[in-house]
Order: sequence, then C-alpha cells, then structure tokens
Amino acid sequence: MDIATLQAYGYFVLTVGLTVILYAYIYHLYKNRKDADGHDYEEYSNIALNDDIVDTPVNAVSKTEDK
Amino acid sequence: MENRPLEYDYTVAKMFMLATIVLGIVGMLIGVILAFELAFPSINTILGEGLAEYTNFSRLRPLHTDAVIFGFTLSGIFATWYYVGQRVLKVSMAESGFLMFIGKLHFVLYVIGVAAVVVSLFAGVTTSKEYAEFEWPIDIAIVVVWVLFGMSIFGLIGIRREKSLYISVWYYIATFLGIAMLYLFNNMEVPTMLVSAPDGSAIGGAWYHSVSMYAGTNDALVQWWYGHNAVAFGFTVPIVAMIYYFLPKESGQAIYSYKLSLLSFWGLMFVYLWAGGHHLLYSTVPDWMQTMGSIFSVILILPSWGSAINMLLTMKGEWQQVAASPLIKFMVLGSTFYMFSTLEGPIQAIKSVNAIAHFTDWIVGHVHDGVLGWVGFMIMAALYHMAPRVFKREIYSKSLMAAQFWIQTLGVVFYFTSMWIAGITQGMMWRAHDEFGNLAYSFIDTVTVLHPYYAIRGVGGLLYLTGFLMFAYNIYKTMTAGRKVEESELASASPMGA
Repeated sequence: MDIATLQAYGYFVLTVGLTVILYAYIYHLYKNRKDADGHDYEEYSNIALNDDIVDTPVNAVSKTEDK
Repeated sequence: MENRPLEYDYTVAKMFMLATIVLGIVGMLIGVILAFELAFPSINTILGEGLAEYTNFSRLRPLHTDAVIFGFTLSGIFATWYYVGQRVLKVSMAESGFLMFIGKLHFVLYVIGVAAVVVSLFAGVTTSKEYAEFEWPIDIAIVVVWVLFGMSIFGLIGIRREKSLYISVWYYIATFLGIAMLYLFNNMEVPTMLVSAPDGSAIGGAWYHSVSMYAGTNDALVQWWYGHNAVAFGFTVPIVAMIYYFLPKESGQAIYSYKLSLLSFWGLMFVYLWAGGHHLLYSTVPDWMQTMGSIFSVILILPSWGSAINMLLTMKGEWQQVAASPLIKFMVLGSTFYMFSTLEGPIQAIKSVNAIAHFTDWIVGHVHDGVLGWVGFMIMAALYHMAPRVFKREIYSKSLMAAQFWIQTLGVVFYFTSMWIAGITQGMMWRAHDEFGNLAYSFIDTVTVLHPYYAIRGVGGLLYLTGFLMFAYNIYKTMTAGRKVEESELASASPMGA
C-alpha cells in the first residue's frame, strides 16, 4: 500500500472512531444525567446565575475549605 | 453598602473594553471607507495622488480585516474573559498579584503588537497571506501575547473555588488552544535573509521580510485550514462562550439544556477543523479533500444550531424580556444571525452552489451577516452587560441603546441583501456564454450592473458604524454620568436609565 492509501484508511478510521465516541458521549450524558461528582449536569447552569463572589459554588473545589 | 470581604477585580477587563471600542471604531471606519471606495473609485485617491499609496483599497483592506478580527474581536474576547473567568470560577484577580501582573502585561504587549501591526500594514509591509499578513517579528510578539492569555486562563483556573468549569470556560480554553495551533502552523516562515538562491548567492531583502515555509497547493491548504478555523476559533467559539454566560445571566434564566451545550461543544470541536477545504473548491487541491470540506461544512449545521437553539430556548416563556430589553434583543438577534449564517455557509460550501458563489460578493455578504449580526452584536451586548458591573453605574440610556439596535439591524440587512443580489448577479454574469462558448459579458459589464448594490452596502456599513458610535457614547456616558447602583441591583437584568 502506498502512503496515500494508508492516509485514506487512516482518515476513514479516525472519522468513524470519533463519530462513535461523540455518540457514546451523548448516550452517556442522557443516560447518567449526573457527572462523577453526583451533580446533575443541569445544576451547572447555576454557576453563571449565582456567580457573585459571596455565592456558594455549585461544586466547591474542596468541601473542607468552605465549611 | 453591605460589608463584602472580597470583590472581583475588573481592572484588566476595563482596559480591554476600552481597546474593544477604540479598535472597533477604527476597523469599522476603515471598512466603510473601503465600501465606498468600491462604489466610487475616485475615493481611492481622495487625499491626492501623493498619498494614494495609503488610501487605496489594497493598502487599507488588510487594515480593516485585521483591525476588526485581531483588534475589535480579540479585545472583546479578552475583555469578557477577564470578566466572565473570575465570576464563573468564583475567584478574584485581586487574590493573585501574579495573575494581575500577567493580565496587565498581556494588555500592554497587546497594545504594542496592535501598534506594530498598524504601522507595518500602513507602510505596506506584509507577507501577503490573507488574515496572516504580519511579518515574523510581529508574529513572535503575538505568540508572546497569546501565551500570556493562556497563563491568565489556566492561572485563574488553578486558583478557582468552583471545581466544575462552566461551559463558557470550555469555549475560552478551546479558543486559546485552537488559535495557538492554527497561528503557529500557518505562520511558519523563513526570513528571506536566511534564504539563498539556487546558485548559493544570498537573496537578501529587508531583515523583517519572510517567505512561507509552504508552497503552491500546500500553502493554500494550510492557509485555508487556518483561515476557516480562524472563523471557528475567533468568530464562533469565543462568541458562543460569551452568549452562554451573558444571555442566561442577563435574562435570569438557566440554560435550556446544559447537556446540549456540552455535546454541541464536542460536536463543534470535532467537525469544524475539517471544513476549511470548502475555500478551495475547483482548485488544485485533491478532489476527495474538496468533497470532505463540503460534507463537513454541511454537518457543521448541527453543532452550530445546537448552541443557537439552546440559547433561543433559554428564553422559553420569557419572550416578553426580548420586547422589553434592548440588551436581550442584541443577544437574541445575534443568536438568530448565528443560525442564519451557519446555514448560509454550508449552502455556499456545496460544490454546485459554490460554482456560482465563489469569488463573488455573496461570500462577502455571508461573512458580514456573521460578523455584524452575530460577533458584533454579541460583543456589544457583553460590554453593555459588563458596564454597570465594572463601573457600578446604570447604563446611561436605554432608548439610545434601542435606537442603536434598530439602526444597526437595518445596516446589517442592507449589507447582506445587497451582497446577495450583487453576488448572484456577478456569478451568473461571469458564467453566461453563447452557443459557441464565448463569454456573454466582459468584466466591466458586471461592475456597471453592481454599482447600486455597492452603494447600498456602503450605506449599510455606515449605519452600522453610526450605531457603533452610539454604543461608544452610551458606554462613555455610563462610565462618567450614569446613576450609581448598589450590588443588589446587578443580580440579573442590567439597570438602565431612560
């Protein structure tokens, strides 16, 4: 196989692979609804809505620091 | 006033707000001059033959594009980053002397870079690569400015209190990484003083002059991979970052679907990088690559509309706010123009349509409904939202803002409708031939026919510039004469004077 054919196969595999990953990610988001920290993804909209410096973070960096 | 232990520090944001307004005026003014030069060629030499070198279309054109892209838009991106970044990460720049220093250095070096660009382009020093006209010393300076921007982003993220990065931060990070990659690869160049002729003798030339490391079709491919993704990571990604913050915040509505924002993000990242080939349809580029560019351009509708529809649905049940607030109007119309422009682009990227559209004014029209209706509206809306919060004063005049909105909307409509008609007329006339294949029209025939549309485009641009000057005046009066407001008035909808 010459380099151009290899490139073409590589390109095809990459495209299909990335498409599968993207759809798997969509499936994951809608199936689990929550991230690894147990927060519903939709809660993160509040990061913008409650963004005063005195507001409580949605997901604080360290819970022990903010007691 | 309540006792607050810590405040966000908007010093650097304010500096970049000023730069946004100044460079916006400069870039748009030059754009209007160029539009009228096309309609009335005598303006090319309006200051006399002696100064024609500095006033002709070809000298001014890169100054217009670079001033609005790398001046107005980039400053707007930086200004909003130094505002939004602190707020969604819940950390103040006042907490880190180092980040404050980096931020100020970022601004100072940026201004020096802008000055170098203005002087060199006016002097006619250019690499002749579209949107990458700067010679190598300026390129290196820009890389330094960009690294400082990256240090600000990741530095602020490093000291954050909010663990999860808000969707806008994802988009700002993508802007940083995307532009860094594009800029480095497209600007690979060799100073001519280091190049020798085939016989070994030095070519010489000015010390600052360079030639691209790529040649021919390769150069075209890298150039349009860069050019189209500059639109992606300069005009789309960071502006989406802005609307994901400013529209929910101003309207007080949570994003319609945060999950949709995440998958639109990855969709956009995945698809955009492959679409640049559509600039090279019917060229020497391999056919499969042209087809790929077309296909990915059409797929690009999905993630683009994913974000735009998400924003429009965020206003679900709250449409009275669109009627009541000119600030929300700017953002909703911006989002609508984003949808419009991201549908128009893929249509133009289809090969058979491109056969008519390529090299015509329709392309210019497409760019401008995107940048005037989407980028410009969103950046102005962002600055309007920021102004009361950074100056602690209400927006000087709501009615002035509303008048500006309608004047500029009319300007955008004049601009893109005239360019549609001009572009399609042009494309059809270029292709028309008789039964023996002789061209039906000469080039000057098209120029004659297009003249009225060029004049209308100039008027459209002038209206937009007028609106921008109203915006600048409104922000200036907000800063100096607006009623002082308390923090409690700034939770969502921006306070506005009559």
